[in-house]
Order: sequence, then C-alpha cells, then structure tokens
Amino acid sequence: MAVEQEAGGGLEIHPMDQFIVKPLFGGDAVHWYTPTNATLWMFAALLGIVLLLVVGTRGRAIIPSRIQSISELAYGFVYKMVEDVSGKDGLKYFPYIMTLFLFIVFANFLGLLPMAFTPTSHIAVTATLALAVFIAVTVLGVVKNGVSFLGLFWISSAPLVLRPILALIEVISYFVRPVSHSIRLAGNMMAGHAVIKVFAGFAGVLGLGAIAPILAITAVYALEMLVSFIQAYVFAILTCVYLRDALHPAH
Amino acid sequence: MATKTALATEAGETAATGMPQLDFSTFPNQIFWLVITLVAIYFVLSRIALPRIASVLAERQGTITNDIAAAEELKLKAAAAEDAYNQALADARVEAQNIIAEARAEIQKDLDTANAHADAEIAAKTAEAEARIEEMRASAMESVTEVARATAREVVSAIAPMDVDDASVTAAVDQQLKG
Repeated sequence: MAVEQEAGGGLEIHPMDQFIVKPLFGGDAVHWYTPTNATLWMFAALLGIVLLLVVGTRGRAIIPSRIQSISELAYGFVYKMVEDVSGKDGLKYFPYIMTLFLFIVFANFLGLLPMAFTPTSHIAVTATLALAVFIAVTVLGVVKNGVSFLGLFWISSAPLVLRPILALIEVISYFVRPVSHSIRLAGNMMAGHAVIKVFAGFAGVLGLGAIAPILAITAVYALEMLVSFIQAYVFAILTCVYLRDALHPAH
Repeated sequence: MATKTALATEAGETAATGMPQLDFSTFPNQIFWLVITLVAIYFVLSRIALPRIASVLAERQGTITNDIAAAEELKLKAAAAEDAYNQALADARVEAQNIIAEARAEIQKDLDTANAHADAEIAAKTAEAEARIEEMRASAMESVTEVARATAREVVSAIAPMDVDDASVTAAVDQQLKG
C-alpha cells in the first residue's frame, strides 16, 4: 500500500516487491551470512514446527490433545505416503521427507500472513530442495543398485527397437525432474502471492469502495491455502516417487 | 515503513530483470539459511518429535490391542458363564423331571398298596357280609321250617287231634318245602 502512496496515487503496483530479500537489521548488502527476511521466515517455519511437533506433543497422551492430534495426523499422513509410495524400505528415509514436507507446508502457510515473506516462492530455495532430493536419490540409487540402476532408463518391457529411443526420453525426463520439481513449487507460490498483491493494489487505489478486489483477494486467498498444502504434498509425494525409483529401479 | 519501502525499491532496482527471484546476489544467503533451517528441523524431528510421536502411537496401539484382547477374554468368560447357566438350568430341569417321576412312582405305589388294602378289606367285608347273609338265610329257612312244622302240627292236631306223629309231620313238611 505504501508503494502507491509514495508514487503519488497513480496505479503503480509492485506485486514483486514482496519477494525482495532484504537484510533484517539495516544496511543493504546481502552477504551470504546476513540475517534477512528470508532467514526470519524460515526460522518462523522452524518455530512453527517445534511448537506443533515438540511442544504440542509434550503431554505424550494416549488420548491426544487437539494439537497432539494434529501432529499425529501429520506424522501418519507422511508416514503412510512414504510407505505406500516408496515401499517398506523407503521408511528409513521418512524423517528426511517429513522435514521437507513440514518445512514447505509451514513456509507456504506462514507466507500467507499479511506482510510475510515466503521463502518457498524463491527459486533459490526450491531449487536447493529439489537438487538435494535429486542428488540424494541418484547417489542412493547408484549405491544401492550399482549398474542395475541404469535399468531405470532401459525399459525391458518395450520392443527392442524402441528401447534406445525410450532410454533417451527417460534420461531427459530424469534430468528434468529437479527443474520441474523446483519450479512447480516456486511458481505456484509466487503466482498466488503476486495475484493477491495485484488485487490489493486495486483495493488501495479504489479506497473504501473496493468490494470487488477484496472479494477477489478473499477468493484467491482461499485458493492459495489449498495450493499451499497441495504443493507441499506434491513435493513430498514426488520425492517419494523418486525414492522408489532409486530403491527399485526395475520397471 | 517508509525506509523499508525505500530499501525495497532500491533493492528491486538492483535485480536484473525486476524479478527478485532471479537476483542471484541473494542466492548464497538464501541457500545458507535454508540449509541451517533444514538441518535444525531435521534434528528436531529425528531426535525429539518423530520418536516421541512414534512411541505415543505404538503405546496407543498397544493399549487398544490389550483392551480388545481383554474384551475378547471377558466375552469368552461371559459365554462360558452363559453355558454354565444353561447347563445348570438343563440339569435342574432333568432333576425336576426325575423328582416328579419318582414322586409319581411313589404315590402310585402307595396308591396301589392302599388300593390293594382297600380291595382286600372290601373283599373281607363282602365275604363276612355274605357269610352273615347266608347265615341269616339259613336261620330264616330254619325258622320257616320250624314255623311250618309247628303250623302243620297245629293244623294236624286241629283236624285230627288223636294221634299226631311228630316224625311224620316233620317229614311231610320237609317233603313239602323241598318240593
């Protein structure tokens, strides 16, 4: 809102300003160690996770409190997802997938607070996550299966003539995975927030009569809540799928 | 707020394409803090939260299993008790039947004895009565004979008073009575 007032009332909306990484404690240089708004909101996600899963379960009750049921629900949800998608031997990696899922969920939802910053709307963050998954899964696949990991690309059920072509496609799709994995999340988060900001800009210009933009913001906000969860779910379940490929490369 | 916005616009201008996401100068910063956050989350989860939740879930599962087993046991006990009850009921019924049959037999026996006794008594009384009737009849017959003889003697003496032979009168009366 402040942006419009500064610009002298013209329709000057800066929907991307909310994504700017800036130092928390003054100065304008962003060194690698500078605590920034990204740091703040990542730590907010960490704090949320601690509150939900550690403080919320401190009663260790057989009949759980509300917060404890939510953390048990989250646990069961991710645990079942890993078990169903990656198989029993994927459960060893459950804490990693739980870490990813919870971080993304909390970052997404905290980013929906007004004036908040969304770490997961940045390609730097999602690409790091996706590359970590990609590298970990590839290394795991090679270590676990050796050369037979390449069977992932050699589809033995296809006719022999098609196999080299399919292998090429499979290799390309394998290396595109981290790209789609990261851009899907960052793009979804960025787009939703930018749209909200654009409508907020309209509302700021229209002043008190801004019923339509406010309704639109409400609707987009609801949609964004859905997207926030779904994107975290998609990220986690794709990680499980990649993990299954690494553990059982045969088609 | 104003200084922040000023800062923001300034930083925004430094971004090459206007998209803060593509401002590569902030990448090391974000990646550094992301790694720290993820490691922290991982340790919190793997050291504290996940084992705790897993133990709570396991404990709950155990409690539920135990309770179900206990319920199953109690159900079996209840079924056994019901069986025992039914058995006792059947036994009691059989016993009651036995007692009834026994009582009936005893009563029957008593009745038979009493009947036999009564029959014997009746027979004895009948015999006695018959004997008395017979006796009465005999004495009556004798009386009749006596009366007839006396009457006949009187009649004979009245008709022919000279010689009344007792023996011939008696013989004649007897003759007459037999006829």
